[in-house]
Amino acid sequence: MPEPLPQEPYTSGGGRAAEDGAIAATGMGGAMDLATSEGETLEKSPGWPGGGDPQDRPRSLWSDAWRDLRRNPVFIISGLVILFLVLISLWPSLIASGNPLKCDLAKAQEGSQAGHPFGFDGQGCDVYTRTVYGARTSVTVGVCATLGVALLGSVLGGLAGFFGGSGDSVLSRITDIFFAIPVVLGGLVLLSVVTSDSVWPVIGFMVLLGWPQISRIARGSVITAKQNDYVQAARALGASHSRLLLRHIAPNAVAPVIVVATIALGTYIALEATLSYLGVGLKPPTVSWGIDISAASQNIRNAPHMLLWPAGALALTVLAFIMLGDAVRDALDPKLR
Amino acid sequence: MRGATHAKWVACATAAALTATACGGGGSASGGDTGAVLSSSWGDPQNPLEPANTNEVQGGKVLDMIFRSLKRYDPETGKAEDMLAEKIETSDSQTFTITVKDGWTFSNGEKVTAQSFVDAWNYGASLKNNQKNAYFFGYIEGYDKTHPENGGKQSADTLSGLDVVDARTFTVRLNQKFSTFPDTLGYPAYAPLPKAFFDDHEAWVKKPVGNGPYTVDSYTKGSQMSLRAWDGYPGDDKAQNGGVDLKVYTDNNTAYTDLMAGNLDLVDDVPASQLKNVRNDLGDRYINTPAGIIQTLAFPFYDDAWNKPGMEKVRTGLSRAINREQITDTIFQKTRTPATDWTSPVLGEDGGFKEGLCGDACEYDAAAAKKLIEEGGGLPGGQVKITYNADTGSHGQWVDAVCNSINNALDNDRACVGNPVGTFADFRNQIGDEKMPGPFRAGWQMDYPLIQNFLQPLYYTNASSNDGKWTNKDFDKLVDEANAETDTAKAVAKFQEAEEVLRDNMGAIPLWYQNGSAGYSDRLSNVKLNPFSVPVYDEIKVG
Amino acid sequence: MGRYVVRRLLQMIPVFVGSTLLIFLMVNVMGDPIAGLCGDKQCDPATAAQLEKEFGLDKPVWQQYLTYMGNVFTGDFGTAFNGQEVTELMATAFPVTIRLTIVAILFEVVIGITLGVITGLRRGRPVDTTVLMFTLVVISVPTFVTGLLLQLLLGVEWGWIKPSVSTEATFGELIVPGLVLASVSLAYVTRLTRTSIAENKRSDYVRTAVAKGLPRRRVITRHLLRNSLIPVVTFIGTDIGALMGGAIVTERIFNIHGVGYQLYQGILRQNTQTVVGFVTVLVLVFLVANLIVDLLYAVLDPRIRYA
Repeated sequence: MPEPLPQEPYTSGGGRAAEDGAIAATGMGGAMDLATSEGETLEKSPGWPGGGDPQDRPRSLWSDAWRDLRRNPVFIISGLVILFLVLISLWPSLIASGNPLKCDLAKAQEGSQAGHPFGFDGQGCDVYTRTVYGARTSVTVGVCATLGVALLGSVLGGLAGFFGGSGDSVLSRITDIFFAIPVVLGGLVLLSVVTSDSVWPVIGFMVLLGWPQISRIARGSVITAKQNDYVQAARALGASHSRLLLRHIAPNAVAPVIVVATIALGTYIALEATLSYLGVGLKPPTVSWGIDISAASQNIRNAPHMLLWPAGALALTVLAFIMLGDAVRDALDPKLR
Repeated sequence: MRGATHAKWVACATAAALTATACGGGGSASGGDTGAVLSSSWGDPQNPLEPANTNEVQGGKVLDMIFRSLKRYDPETGKAEDMLAEKIETSDSQTFTITVKDGWTFSNGEKVTAQSFVDAWNYGASLKNNQKNAYFFGYIEGYDKTHPENGGKQSADTLSGLDVVDARTFTVRLNQKFSTFPDTLGYPAYAPLPKAFFDDHEAWVKKPVGNGPYTVDSYTKGSQMSLRAWDGYPGDDKAQNGGVDLKVYTDNNTAYTDLMAGNLDLVDDVPASQLKNVRNDLGDRYINTPAGIIQTLAFPFYDDAWNKPGMEKVRTGLSRAINREQITDTIFQKTRTPATDWTSPVLGEDGGFKEGLCGDACEYDAAAAKKLIEEGGGLPGGQVKITYNADTGSHGQWVDAVCNSINNALDNDRACVGNPVGTFADFRNQIGDEKMPGPFRAGWQMDYPLIQNFLQPLYYTNASSNDGKWTNKDFDKLVDEANAETDTAKAVAKFQEAEEVLRDNMGAIPLWYQNGSAGYSDRLSNVKLNPFSVPVYDEIKVG
Repeated sequence: MGRYVVRRLLQMIPVFVGSTLLIFLMVNVMGDPIAGLCGDKQCDPATAAQLEKEFGLDKPVWQQYLTYMGNVFTGDFGTAFNGQEVTELMATAFPVTIRLTIVAILFEVVIGITLGVITGLRRGRPVDTTVLMFTLVVISVPTFVTGLLLQLLLGVEWGWIKPSVSTEATFGELIVPGLVLASVSLAYVTRLTRTSIAENKRSDYVRTAVAKGLPRRRVITRHLLRNSLIPVVTFIGTDIGALMGGAIVTERIFNIHGVGYQLYQGILRQNTQTVVGFVTVLVLVFLVANLIVDLLYAVLDPRIRYA
């Protein structure tokens, strides 16, 4: 696909984003921009990488993407939400003065009242305080597990899809086995031996059982992407494996990974609840959205507010990451530039 | 086995794997009327449905419908009354002569004779048959031969203590004096078995044949058992309905929803989360009656940290830090009653239940609790971990509530935490291996309504269900004295004295007495739960 | 192609051995299952020993595994603790779960892809935002709750369905459970399709097709969709096994006696025979599903070829 990239107006992520993107392209020298990502390969290879003038480097696809992102309001908003989540994870007392472990059974399941805007849960704990304090565990679990799964999965799956052959076969069969391990069994076996109170065993467990999914997706996209003309062209011109993978295939194969990973983030936070429910996940006195959602689920008929707030917080987090993922994906897609 | 331990630990835990929380185990009574069939919730039995192999409530439910033993526990009072037994005589409390009533047959037409009982008991006691309730026959002479302990070789197939005198009479010789032995004979493990059981065992297990008011019409393992009233049933507790369809539910909440939608007639286990709505949903078609079940917290006395002198104060302090009233009201919606002794209200005053025997030690008093724990040297390691099995949903809830109560009383939000164990088997393994890091969940469902059954199996030195390994010479002595007593009132008084020793040492914290609760559709009437919290199916009227 | 399939089928043998061994070891690591059989009391040691002998638990693990595998090859998957043949359990559980999975996959394919195409073509429009909100709800509210609410509303309040599924578990009864089961995957499929469509709708072949004057519908279905389906097909392929073995919650709520339930029971009761047997069959399902997915790649994208 070495021909000039389409510059039709684009309709996504809100009109503003499109405008900003356009401005970025023209303002910072549209011609150069177009030349960078794919077209450049034709001209400069096989001297790249190693050679090439230093001025071209910051103009790489990734730096372009970053420049786009900074101007994308979707990215900025989701970034702010995530920043906020990180802040309250680090210092929950900034916005909640109570103690999440102080519970009075006499107030169990009571609704909203002065000083307790979200009401009380089944044990009489303040839902607001617990929701704020739960962010630390849940965001850590969600983000770390997702990062781990996405990195491990896309590296292994990407390599397998790219090289094919026996490596691919072995890896694919390993993923088959991993897929087959029931989460309940895995959790009961692997986590019941752990006595540590920290979140890391739980995250490690999720990465261990979660990577095959991303690996499959990444492998599939890489297999498609490597058939593209520009990849064939670059390969014909002698581009190295790493260059092919990183510059040509990855940006075109990353979208499904981002989509799955951002949704999976939410499901990992929820999975943590399942593990706790099985008695092998995080244990009290740890506070997490997952534990609270799981507890609230039992009482959905009597006290829906117990579910609403932690689930709402989870939804907000997932939304922020989905938007972030969308923005990153758009920024990486040269066709949208 | 040691001691009088005909006991079945609370089935809640066994039923755990079935996600049911009900407990139960007895059956019941009265006159005839064919007609409509009702449907009732059920759980998949864990073991094959052999009488001496069924140790949990779901299988027990069926056995109660298809079998009648020598005795039957009255569905109202729980008193053991003669059923197939015409008379049980003894002169020395050790050799019993049992006469079986005439006119009883199995539903396949075979006569119920003395031999039916002796064969069944021999089968149950024989090690090679893997019967999990074999220990029920432990008092009968010759048990050590048919069921040797510690890997010994089985040297006999039949109990030497059992002798058939004639078609309707047999004698039982025990290996020790046991005056209340006849009262234990209502337990399903003592049921008679037809020849078909031995001749074609596999077929029998697929479709059991018994001598009770119901017969098994069809049985699809894992999903449904259809029982039908047996017209030829000779007893006076003939089924008053056409039959019962037991439907397997994996979640009691689904069963409850089906009841509300009119797809099910009877749920004998209302899920905790629905207790708040139950009056709204069902009105007066909801029953909540006491059952012979008590929940306690046991301690690891094999751990010096919990056993050293002074710790009784800490244990009592913990007991006083638990606001039982509030927890039973809020978490259990009054389907539990705060415990004030170590027995159960179903025993009645005469039977040994003594309200308030625990006294102050079971009264919630945060200040006193704090003081006691400090005097006793504080919590071992600064923190109590209450261990429970997490594979049933509701244990976590009350453990958290107990912990919050303790934390609030001690003003330390990390004084107590729950310690879930993933599976029931693992929980039992850890108890067996003496690995409990602190107090742990314990529950007891009576086998028969005697105070002895609530104390001896649980707290006598090395008794079979003394999981905490509590041991106390005074307690043991008083129990021995009580067992030797022939006068019931005096025996009960001795047992209560023993219970006071238990209290003063706080060998286990009594939490609450459990009720049986059930809901039913408007097609049904005369629905009752027996003291074992099992519906009295034969008395239910449909339409 | 033929050789490729044969090679893939041969690869199933080591995977089969590997996964059964792995699962076998995992269940063994959980410890002694006998303790759980005697209720809330200590099993009497003699009976416990006798039971261990009967279930072969007294032998070393490798020997247990070999015996088990030997039996499996003769079609004997062992016996569950309640005396039921595992093959019998499978015969009742798998048909139900397969039906449930088919319903769920149909939902994923029909609703998921339709919503994905619509939102992909109309990114940023209200319909896109609405679907996004719906996605968020599905992700953040546990299946347990959605299932329970649907059951209460449809089953009790409005009386449209029976709250529980009967033993026969017909397709009709499985519609609502299937929807609940598919809900989270629906979110994935919708988002994946949407992204792929949005990405491909500006590609040359689409523009060419439009320029040629092809009708919009044909452009979308023949050109755009076909080329956008690879990630979606991959996902659905991985989802089949997850749906079959992981329907624990859904099966519980609607009282479906399927694979998820049997597996969960087996795990909690540490019943090696049941767990290994069911997982083994699930592994086979995975292998076949993935083979089909890989073959579909070639169908969807003719440039991909297998030799």
